[in-house]
Amino acid sequence: MEADLLRFATAGSVDDGKSTLIGRLLFDSKSLFSDQLESVERVSRERGDEYTDLSLLTDGLRAEREQGITIDVAYRYFATPRRKFIIADTPGHTQYTRNMVTGASTADVALVLVDARKGMTEQSRRHAFIATLLGVPHMVVCVNKMDLVDWSEEIFENIRREFTEFAARLRLRDLTFIPLSALSGDNVVTRSTNMPWFDGAPLLSHLERLHVASDRNLVDVRFPVQYVVRPQSHENRDYRGYAGTIASGVLKPGDRIRALPAGLDTEITTIETADGPVTEAYPPMAVTITLKDEIDISRGDMLCRPNNVPAVMQDIDAQVCWMDESAPLTAGKTYAIKHTTRWARAVVKQIDYRIDINTLHRVEGVEGLALNEIGRIRLRSTKPLFVDPYLSNRQTGGFILVDESTNRTVAAGMVVRESGS
Amino acid sequence: MKSHVMSQLAALEAESIHIFREVAAEMERPCLLFSGGKDSIVMLHVARKAFAPAPIPFPVMHVDTGLNFAEVIAFRDRWAAQLGLRLVVASVQDAIERGVVKEEPNGSRNRIQTPVLLEAAAREKFDALFGGGRRDEEKARAKERVFSFRDEFGQWDPKNQRPEIWSLYNGRVFPGESIRVFPLSNWTELDIWSYIAEEEIEIPSLYLAAEREVVERDGMLYAVNEFVPLRSGETSQKRSVRYRTMGDANLTAAVESVANTVAKVVEEIAAVRITERGATRGDDKVSEAAMEDRKKEGYF
Repeated sequence: MEADLLRFATAGSVDDGKSTLIGRLLFDSKSLFSDQLESVERVSRERGDEYTDLSLLTDGLRAEREQGITIDVAYRYFATPRRKFIIADTPGHTQYTRNMVTGASTADVALVLVDARKGMTEQSRRHAFIATLLGVPHMVVCVNKMDLVDWSEEIFENIRREFTEFAARLRLRDLTFIPLSALSGDNVVTRSTNMPWFDGAPLLSHLERLHVASDRNLVDVRFPVQYVVRPQSHENRDYRGYAGTIASGVLKPGDRIRALPAGLDTEITTIETADGPVTEAYPPMAVTITLKDEIDISRGDMLCRPNNVPAVMQDIDAQVCWMDESAPLTAGKTYAIKHTTRWARAVVKQIDYRIDINTLHRVEGVEGLALNEIGRIRLRSTKPLFVDPYLSNRQTGGFILVDESTNRTVAAGMVVRESGS
Repeated sequence: MKSHVMSQLAALEAESIHIFREVAAEMERPCLLFSGGKDSIVMLHVARKAFAPAPIPFPVMHVDTGLNFAEVIAFRDRWAAQLGLRLVVASVQDAIERGVVKEEPNGSRNRIQTPVLLEAAAREKFDALFGGGRRDEEKARAKERVFSFRDEFGQWDPKNQRPEIWSLYNGRVFPGESIRVFPLSNWTELDIWSYIAEEEIEIPSLYLAAEREVVERDGMLYAVNEFVPLRSGETSQKRSVRYRTMGDANLTAAVESVANTVAKVVEEIAAVRITERGATRGDDKVSEAAMEDRKKEGYF
């Protein structure tokens, strides 16, 4: 079987050993190169570290090394014969919530690190909350630094109990706990002999075997039209193909489809790729679809099944994470909104509440949302968007807001439910 | 029941196609940087797939330092012609003669190609430049966005990047600003080679091992040619070598190898224990932050 792709997100501070864990995964899976390791060993030696600081592998920019912090999402890659892994590595402090949101947005799995000596912290709660908010289907809690608590099963079990109680308030589908030591490598790639009481798999085996295929939505056909292919050549004079990436569902030639916003139905003639036609297409394939009837369809439109359509609406309730430091999200202000391949403008009608991400409490009566704050808002868009609730469809439930005066991406939004349209 | 799971290479290709289409749909004047090196060859191959059966809807550009391998230049010209693409050549040699940039004492034209690139991009009014950069190449690249915003001076500000959530890219710019786009961000060197093998993509023969006349300098093997003449006291020898990267001929070292087919290169890369830049690029050895500094000035 060919290797597939798994994306996971990690978050945490330097203290809880996250960078060391990533360094360990790369090192033990033999994905580290000798010149990278030499450079890290040299810096470690020059600093007088007692052991090679694997965290130096991931803290890349000079500004970061100078300040001893991580300022952004870093992407790392490693592969085993079963899978290729993409790690979105983000710093864990409050001020980096936006990076955590970015990393979690495409992740299949969230790794939450807990220092065995400290137990659950606000940071681990925050990370678990954000991963859930972003609909990450799997979570692995890595109870790290077990070597510093004498490999104690009791300590591990206490953390597991506390975290499970907390997680009951979140919508988590799959939660796994692994006791490990990133520094010594116990239960990272190889099974620990120091913790015979743990009968689960080491982290890497768990990530290799995790079943993610069924996380994709293969039921609701959603095809946002991204680009209209019109060759303008003699041999392809009448060719008109709708190119895009399957957001969800499975499409086949001959399927009846409805084009939104036109609301007209037709049939799929062919599903094409540059390598030839295919008999079916599923997410996240990038294909070009030709249709039986000529319907006026352009970028930003959506193809779906006549009996299974997204909500077509302008009033949108959403959770948003505010990502801009220059100005807060403000009720009454208008932003550009990008949803699938469709741009519109949207005015913030109201801010319902802010979520205190440490306590998960709702704070009502807020004037705005500042950088890294998360809240629930209502938007009204200038034209209809074709949306599904984020929890049932990450592709058609997510959107970004852009400040038109700066062109900066200022918010990530997740559609909560269809409101009256 | 069918699994409906894509192989990782197919998933990477699909992601790259999505990026190409997004840029073509939203940006005014995109352009693809094409050097004839393996990453840009793969990039062009995927771009062709993104718009088929229509032609690629943007031109290609090469910043020619004047120190490129002749075979690579010939390859570049042939490919652009074959795909019917307009090829913009921004010549560093020409810029030196016009006094726009000055030759650096160490003979490296790596740094001075940046102003040449920016000048050509401004002249052509390109607002999006596709580059073949990959995040596994280097620490600074690991933190760069797929859509990397550049100000009116082409500068990258690592602390001030636009958040990139899901695959909702934001390419909005004001006049004079631009976006660098890296469709191969999530590919690794091994992915590139596996893809070249799977798709049977033609590449310059310098990438395959052959007996070549080389000289050893600072532990690296340089092919002896018009850009790398033997210095007094040096002796050359015939060794079986291939190139892992295609930078300037005076700075790009070869690696010892017997991999004379793409399949054998894939095997070697899978087993190799040193990064491609560490193994072959004199220009990246200057400092820990060499790439970060160059990028801030507008480099890829």
